[in-house]
Amino acid sequence: MNKKILAYVALFLVFVYAVVPMLINISGRLDFYYTLTSVALLSIASAGVWLTFYIGRINIGQGAFALAGGYVSAILISQYGFNFWVTLPIAGLFCAVLSVFIGLPILRLRGVYFAMVTLVLTEVMRLTTLALPITQGAKGITSLPLPSGLEIFGLKLIPDFSTLENPKVGFYMMAITLMIIAYAVLYRIVNSRLGHLCRSLQQNEELASSIGVNTTYLRVLTYSISSFFGGIAGASFVAITQSIYPSSFQVADSINFMLNCFLGGLGYVFGPMLGTLMLYFGWDLLFTIGKYQMLVYSSLLIILMLFLPNGVLSLFDRKEKR
Amino acid sequence: MEQIIVNGLYLGAQYALIALGLTLIFSLMNVMNFAHGQMYVMGGFITYTVVSQFNIPFFIALIISGMALAVIGALIEKFLFRPVIKKSKRDESTMLLAAGIGFFLDSVILLAFGEKQRGVPKIIDGVFNWDFRIIMPYDRIVIGCIAIAMIIAFMLLMHYSKAGRAMRALAQDKVAATLMGVNVDRYQMIGFALGAMLAGVVGGLLVTITGINLGMGGPTSTKAFIMIMIGGAGVIPGAIVGGFILGMMESVGLSVLSQYGDITYLLIFASLMIFLAIRPHGLMGKPWG
Repeated sequence: MNKKILAYVALFLVFVYAVVPMLINISGRLDFYYTLTSVALLSIASAGVWLTFYIGRINIGQGAFALAGGYVSAILISQYGFNFWVTLPIAGLFCAVLSVFIGLPILRLRGVYFAMVTLVLTEVMRLTTLALPITQGAKGITSLPLPSGLEIFGLKLIPDFSTLENPKVGFYMMAITLMIIAYAVLYRIVNSRLGHLCRSLQQNEELASSIGVNTTYLRVLTYSISSFFGGIAGASFVAITQSIYPSSFQVADSINFMLNCFLGGLGYVFGPMLGTLMLYFGWDLLFTIGKYQMLVYSSLLIILMLFLPNGVLSLFDRKEKR
Repeated sequence: MEQIIVNGLYLGAQYALIALGLTLIFSLMNVMNFAHGQMYVMGGFITYTVVSQFNIPFFIALIISGMALAVIGALIEKFLFRPVIKKSKRDESTMLLAAGIGFFLDSVILLAFGEKQRGVPKIIDGVFNWDFRIIMPYDRIVIGCIAIAMIIAFMLLMHYSKAGRAMRALAQDKVAATLMGVNVDRYQMIGFALGAMLAGVVGGLLVTITGINLGMGGPTSTKAFIMIMIGGAGVIPGAIVGGFILGMMESVGLSVLSQYGDITYLLIFASLMIFLAIRPHGLMGKPWG
């Protein structure tokens, strides 16, 4: 069993690092690099949302943390001259700390109430970035430099992106690497003691706390991990677009993060990854049909939900049982 | 000051009517209807089309749009929500379905009615003026009164009719209601249709005053969610209270803090989060929400 999983992982790695760039070069559709980079980064944010689903909370507030992470990175780069690679973990940590303060009161809420408060949180974050002087209001922060190189003890780890002949490939590699790390962490969390405890929270919080599970601590911990992912995704997006505005991540984005999780399946670690790929790519591919894009896209969503209400990955589930 | 209170009441009556439909759907089926704002926009466009294309009086158009939305709501419940709720492992899956329906209605509105801002002519001309303390156009007064009358009619329906009693029973305890012989499927469908109808009627009412456009759906849904959270999800008086509170806060905030731009909404949202942290199930909500 373990060997099988390792083989799958190896296959996946070869596919994303070698086969995909090769296919893109053959087909000449270089714009797919950008699409796939976005998918990879969005799926990191969705992974965070999925983790809050795992403790039984509907999180529609990931956009807030993506925006916060993006602004932290952008402000550090533009005003204090930090290297992007240093700001990336700082942005994540900032969001994690922020989410502890926000999470402590609001994680007591459940069900729809939590969902709606996090939805409002996205709007609060957008309005805050509009109002604060350091975020420069609606103008946003623009013309950020491309990520510079990173050296540790003279060892060149990451080349300067502005010297690359095609920074798109660099960004693709960066996003894919971040995504793989994020999902490895997620897989590890789910298949650990922490994962078991989270499942107990999902099923019955009162029972779990009566057995002696520290529910408050667990909730805040998982929520801060989730927000960490959000912050990382937001900061990476800033590096790619080289700009950030209060409207970079809005309520619609937060809802999309949640939809990615639903579509992939809430019971599967890799559900959000697949969901993001399908939603984002589906939307992109349907661009060719012009004004009917939205109609076809939403009909497909509804049909998918009608026939696979437990997510796309539940398709494989059923086959194994037969 | 009097002006601010009257404005707040007028806004609150409309908001309460939107929130009523949403909370009714939530209490019966535990579904957060993300498509509610889109239903409201659709009602506005149907009213506009009926009035301006077929030259039918406004009040008949209002009834037509309510009926059309009721039919749409009933169909959505029967063919989309019901099978998904039955098959799904977790309640939350309906959120994706609701969001999908919201996108779908958005695109239908775009294709059928276009992206332009639409409005119908005023139903009554003239302005009510009391000593320059309260200035209110007559049509706003009429619309506000209709909204309040609708709220009262809805409350009476819920309290004194057989369908209303069945729906209240379902909202309180689904299993017990089923055991007492309430036809769950039928009343869920009626409830959803009623909720959609309310959204359609409010859309129709607003089309005479502010007009209506495609982009109003999403923000309206968000506002309606806020209202039912203030009052408590799934509690009908709560939705009315929440609607009036939000209307009043907006009216006060927009006139007192107008020079600071969007700060009103920031304050409303922030105070909502603090309020919910202290009182997690709203003013009148059930603790398990």
